[in-house]
Amino acid sequence: MKHEALEKNATLLLIFSLLVVTVGGFVQIVPLFFLQNTIEKVEGMRPYSPLELAGRNVYIREGCYVCHSQMIRPFRDEVERYGHYSLAAESQFDHPFQWGSKRTGPDLARVGGKYSDEWHRQHLVNPRNVVPESIMPGFPFLASKTIEPKGFGANLSAMNLTVNNGNGAMYSQEDIDNAEADLVAQATGENTDGLMQRYPRAVARNFDGDGKVTEMDAVIAYLQVLGTLVDFSTFKADMSR
Amino acid sequence: MGAGTMTHKGQPSGGGAMAMMALWGLLALFAITMGAKAADTPFAIHMFIFALAAILALIFKARSFGKPAPDTSGYMDEVVRYGAIATVFWGVVGFLVGLVIALQLAYPAWNPDLEWFNFGRLRPLHTSAVVFAFGGNALLCTSFYVVQRTNRTRLALGNLAWFVFWGYQLFIVLAATGYLLGVTEGREYAEPEWYVDLWLTVVWVAYFLVFFGTLLQRKESHIYVANWFYLAFIVTIAMLHIVNNLSIPVSVFGSKSYSLFSGVQDALTQWWYGHNAVGFFLTAGFLGMMYYFIPKRANRPVYSYRLSIVHFWSLIFLYIWAGPHHLHYTALPDWAQTLGMVFSIMLWMPSWGGMINGLMTLSGAWDKLRTDPVLRMMVISVAFYGMSTFEGPMMSIKSVNSLSHYTDWTIGHVHSGALGWVGMISMACVYHLIPRLYGQKEVYSLPLVSWHVWLATLGIVVYAAAMWVAGIMQGLIWREYDANGFLAYSFVETVAAMHPYYVIRAFGGALFLAGSLIMVYNLYRTIRGAQPVSQPVGMVSAAA
Repeated sequence: MKHEALEKNATLLLIFSLLVVTVGGFVQIVPLFFLQNTIEKVEGMRPYSPLELAGRNVYIREGCYVCHSQMIRPFRDEVERYGHYSLAAESQFDHPFQWGSKRTGPDLARVGGKYSDEWHRQHLVNPRNVVPESIMPGFPFLASKTIEPKGFGANLSAMNLTVNNGNGAMYSQEDIDNAEADLVAQATGENTDGLMQRYPRAVARNFDGDGKVTEMDAVIAYLQVLGTLVDFSTFKADMSR
Repeated sequence: MGAGTMTHKGQPSGGGAMAMMALWGLLALFAITMGAKAADTPFAIHMFIFALAAILALIFKARSFGKPAPDTSGYMDEVVRYGAIATVFWGVVGFLVGLVIALQLAYPAWNPDLEWFNFGRLRPLHTSAVVFAFGGNALLCTSFYVVQRTNRTRLALGNLAWFVFWGYQLFIVLAATGYLLGVTEGREYAEPEWYVDLWLTVVWVAYFLVFFGTLLQRKESHIYVANWFYLAFIVTIAMLHIVNNLSIPVSVFGSKSYSLFSGVQDALTQWWYGHNAVGFFLTAGFLGMMYYFIPKRANRPVYSYRLSIVHFWSLIFLYIWAGPHHLHYTALPDWAQTLGMVFSIMLWMPSWGGMINGLMTLSGAWDKLRTDPVLRMMVISVAFYGMSTFEGPMMSIKSVNSLSHYTDWTIGHVHSGALGWVGMISMACVYHLIPRLYGQKEVYSLPLVSWHVWLATLGIVVYAAAMWVAGIMQGLIWREYDANGFLAYSFVETVAAMHPYYVIRAFGGALFLAGSLIMVYNLYRTIRGAQPVSQPVGMVSAAA
């Protein structure tokens, strides 16, 4: 076929262009939903608790991902600086993913448990209080913005409608029904039995020290769980790959 | 002959106009209802902005009653004039916000620690203002201009082109206010939330219909090469936009949604989108500009017809595979990373083929570079295109990427492409278009254009050089070990080391902004006192 045929027929040109630009994405993206090493299950991974999810939403809203990655590459310096390289499974519940593209600040994939709640609170209010050279903005307003527990279960229901790689619903009806109670329990550290059962390894305490459930509580709860769910003292890479 | 067939379309008389008014009224009511039931404040604000826009559309439609039908025999250039001015306006906004966030990185005190103006919210505002508002309007207005000239026909579907223009501005306003209010999907260069994405989809379909409809009613037997690039850009962006923004809203009355995919699948979908926002939004469409405006300005034919065919098909085929190079050494499987790297390297060839085709079009007209600063700007933009399409494939090599990824080198690379290639070709096209759309022979002052060209070029060079040094240094410091085998530096030491380069970068950005302000003055003086002119269809005017 001569190229002239395409130049003289707009519909043909349109169809050919569309076919040509579809191939690459199709070949690269579709297999990821079926390959073992991209949908592997790793012990310890669980969906976010309501408070962690609320904190994650604040993290996204404030654009933390434009300066902080959550993806440790398998290099000696990164593993020594940040911890075990990131596994695909560790972001399996991340809607959207937060791997990031730039490290103006350090990677946060395993920041959980590295600093105290008070350090995080001070750091979020004014980063230069604890890290003089930091160029991060301050987020003092988080401490005064409260989170309304009522109706938070809708977030879990929405998450259940996303693609979970053939693993069924992410949250059970019990999780959704208890979302409000779990949110409060994790931010106060009181009545946490149900929470700990539904979300093992959740960190539950009054993160910011005041009585209300604030966005500060939520963000710190999220930061404190990052990278802590998989136990790398027992994890064997070859077991799951 | 265009007049007889076209005047019935989009005229403000009779039942059609009443139906349009009813539709706008219903949309306004719908938006007000949604706003009243809103689950969060930003959603309410957005619904009221939407309602206001619908009411303005209704009023505009109503006011056109009883007025004589506008002359639709010539080219539809009023929408191109609006687009050219919008390009300049959003460009300055985008550059200014860019300077502000550059200063925030150099001096954190520039963050007011208020919700709305911290770096994390202003950065998407900057990227979207430059890519989608400035670049997008440049693409809209030049594609509308070029598709009419090269096909010798007026834009198809009557006033739908106006809907595209204003609908797109509404998208920009919703996206920009959304970022400041904290409405974001958290996907780079695709931050607007689900309802803004839906609106853009409607606008984009209308854009496609206008462009493709114009191609269908062309008076030329061949479709000119610039239109291939514009067409590929429009359909590919539609595909990328829809797939990458698939998400589940928490409530139809709220702004928050969760993306349909997670983790690895989400990451590759996003960078398949993200890299092709570069490949199709910021490259294919702008190559359309290159293929029309450089031959026009140089008054020479395109260097090689055969090369343009090879350029087109190889570029659009290869680009779409390049996304995984944003995910080297991540949890993305190795085979996908390798595919991304290999295709990125191959992409070097069509990119340089296009650059050669653009530059060699000046064969026999190189002397014009001495006298025509607008052509000089176009040539510099193509040169930057060549530089950044060499740098890109190089950075996609995994071992290079292991150093460059996560550093400011990437930021420098993006800006040599965005400021150098996209910015310069767009502004050169505006310099070419505005006088012609207003019946002037040339812009008010060519020496001022020359000032702009050199300020902008100097600004980009300063910017890119600072980021090269900063990025490579950052990458090397991160992996530096001391004699005992320990990491030599803490992370925050690398932050402190960046400071001088962030200051230099802000200076480079300021030079670029200063150049664009000179452009604003120059274009203002060009338009002041001049009358918009309409050109008849089917003849190539001396000016165009």
